[in-house]
Amino acid sequence: MLKIGVLALQGAVREHVRCLASPDVEVKVVKRIEQLDELDGLVFPGGESTTMRRLVDKYEFFEPLQYFANAGKPVFGTCAGLILMADNIKGSPEGHLRLMDIDVERNAFGRQRESFETTLEVKGVGDDIEAVFIRAPLISNAGNDVDVLSEYDGEIVAARQHHLLACSFHPELTNDARMHQYFVQMVRESKETAADSLVTT
Amino acid sequence: MADRGTDRVKRGMAEMQKGGVIMDVVNAEQAKIAEEAGAVAVMALERVPADIRAAGGVARMADPTIVEEVMGAVSIPVMAKARIGHIVEARVLEALGVDYIDESEVLTPADEVYHLDKSEYTVPFVCGARDLGEALRRVGEGASMLRTKGEPGTGNIVEAVRHMRMVQAQVKKVVGSSKDELMTEAKNLGAPYELLLEIKENGRLPVVNFAAGGIATPADAALMMQLGADGVFVGSGIFKSDHPDKFARAIVEATTHYEDYELIGRLSKDLGTAMKGIEISNLEPEERMQDRGW
Repeated sequence: MLKIGVLALQGAVREHVRCLASPDVEVKVVKRIEQLDELDGLVFPGGESTTMRRLVDKYEFFEPLQYFANAGKPVFGTCAGLILMADNIKGSPEGHLRLMDIDVERNAFGRQRESFETTLEVKGVGDDIEAVFIRAPLISNAGNDVDVLSEYDGEIVAARQHHLLACSFHPELTNDARMHQYFVQMVRESKETAADSLVTT
Repeated sequence: MADRGTDRVKRGMAEMQKGGVIMDVVNAEQAKIAEEAGAVAVMALERVPADIRAAGGVARMADPTIVEEVMGAVSIPVMAKARIGHIVEARVLEALGVDYIDESEVLTPADEVYHLDKSEYTVPFVCGARDLGEALRRVGEGASMLRTKGEPGTGNIVEAVRHMRMVQAQVKKVVGSSKDELMTEAKNLGAPYELLLEIKENGRLPVVNFAAGGIATPADAALMMQLGADGVFVGSGIFKSDHPDKFARAIVEATTHYEDYELIGRLSKDLGTAMKGIEISNLEPEERMQDRGW
C-alpha cells in the first residue's frame, strides 16, 4: 500500500484526493507536519501560491517539505504547487521551496478571462491529456537535469526532474487521471528502490 | 485548440479558492494588506457593505478607476460587484479584466425580475443564495460559484448560518431522496430538475459554496467552515475593525484550521474591537439586502 498525501493548507484538495484514489493507494489529507513522516509521496495542489506560502511559513512546513523532497520522496505540484517548487519566480527576489531547477512566470497566460482548456501531448503519459489552465504559470526556463514533458504554444507546461513532477495545468479538474497514475507509478518505483537499498545495506 | 470560458475553466477557478478567504477592499493599500495576510482573492469595491448601508441611496458598480487600481496592486485574483440584472455593468467589469463578478444584492438591483444570463460571459460569476432553490436557479443561469447571502454589512452571523444550514439540509434531502421524488422536489424548490439529479449523483452541490454576509471574527469564519462552507468572504469585518492586518491574518488562519479551538482562541486574543454590528430584527424590511433577487 502506498501512502500519498495532499498538502491541504488551501486549494483544490478534494479533487486530487479523488484522482489519486485507487486500491493500492491510501490518500492522506495533510494539515500537520507530523503527517509527512508516514508518506511515500506528496501532492501540492492548485490554489493561490501566495496564500499557501504564508500558511507554509506559519505552520512551519517550510523545512519539513524541503527535507521530504530532498530525501528523494516524490512530489507532484499542479499550478500553484508548481510555483511552490520552482527555484526562481519571475518578478520575485527568490523562489518558495526551491526544489526544482526551473524558472516560472506567474499568471503567464493572463487573467481569468484568458484561462482555457485544451488537450496536450505529455511525454510518457499520453498524447491527448485533458488540461485545464486557470490563471496558469508557465516554466520559462528548465535546467539541464530537467526533462520537459509537455509544451503548449512553445512554452513549457509540464516537466520532471527525477522524483519531482510539476505542471501548469490542473489534471485534477478533469476525469482524466493519467497524470496522477504517472505520479503514483513514480511513487511506487521510488518506494521499491528505497526498499531495495534497505535490503542491500 | 484552446477553449475559454468553459464550465470547467470557470468553476475550476472557484475550486482553487477553496479553504481561503476573499476580502472586500476599497483601494490598493487595503488590497496589499489583504494579499499580505493570505487572502485568496480580493473584492474591489467603492464602499464596503457597512458603508453602503450607512450611505443609503443607490449603490452601483465601483468606479473602474478603483477596480483597476486594485488589479494593479496585487497578483491574487480580483473580483468586483455588478448590480443584479445589470448587463452592462457586468460587461464593463468583464472588459476591465476582473477575474470574477459578484452579481450582488449588496448593490441596488437593476432588474427586479431577471438575473443575468451568466452562461453568456467568459468571466465567471458568484451569486448569493438563501436556499437550494435560489442556489440552483443561479447555477442554472450560469453561476460558477455560490455564497450565502447572509445579511451584508451587519457583522451579524445569524443570517449566513441560517442560509448555510438551509442549503446543506436541502442538499442532504436531495441526496437521500429516490429519483421519483426529485421532480416534485424540483417543483417545490423552483430548481432545475437536472441539477437535482446531478446533486443526487455526486452527493454535493455542482459548484463551491462560500459563506458571506456578516462574518466579523475568526470564530465566525471557523463556524461557517464547520457548517460546510468551502471558504469565506469577509466584507466589512476586516477594514471596519481596529487592526485590519491583524484581523485579516487571524481570519485566514481560523479558516484553514477551523477545528483547532486552541489556535482560534489564541488568534482571537487582543484583536481589538470587531465591527460594532447590527441586530437583524432592528432592520426595516427595505434595509434587508438578502431579500433582493429571487
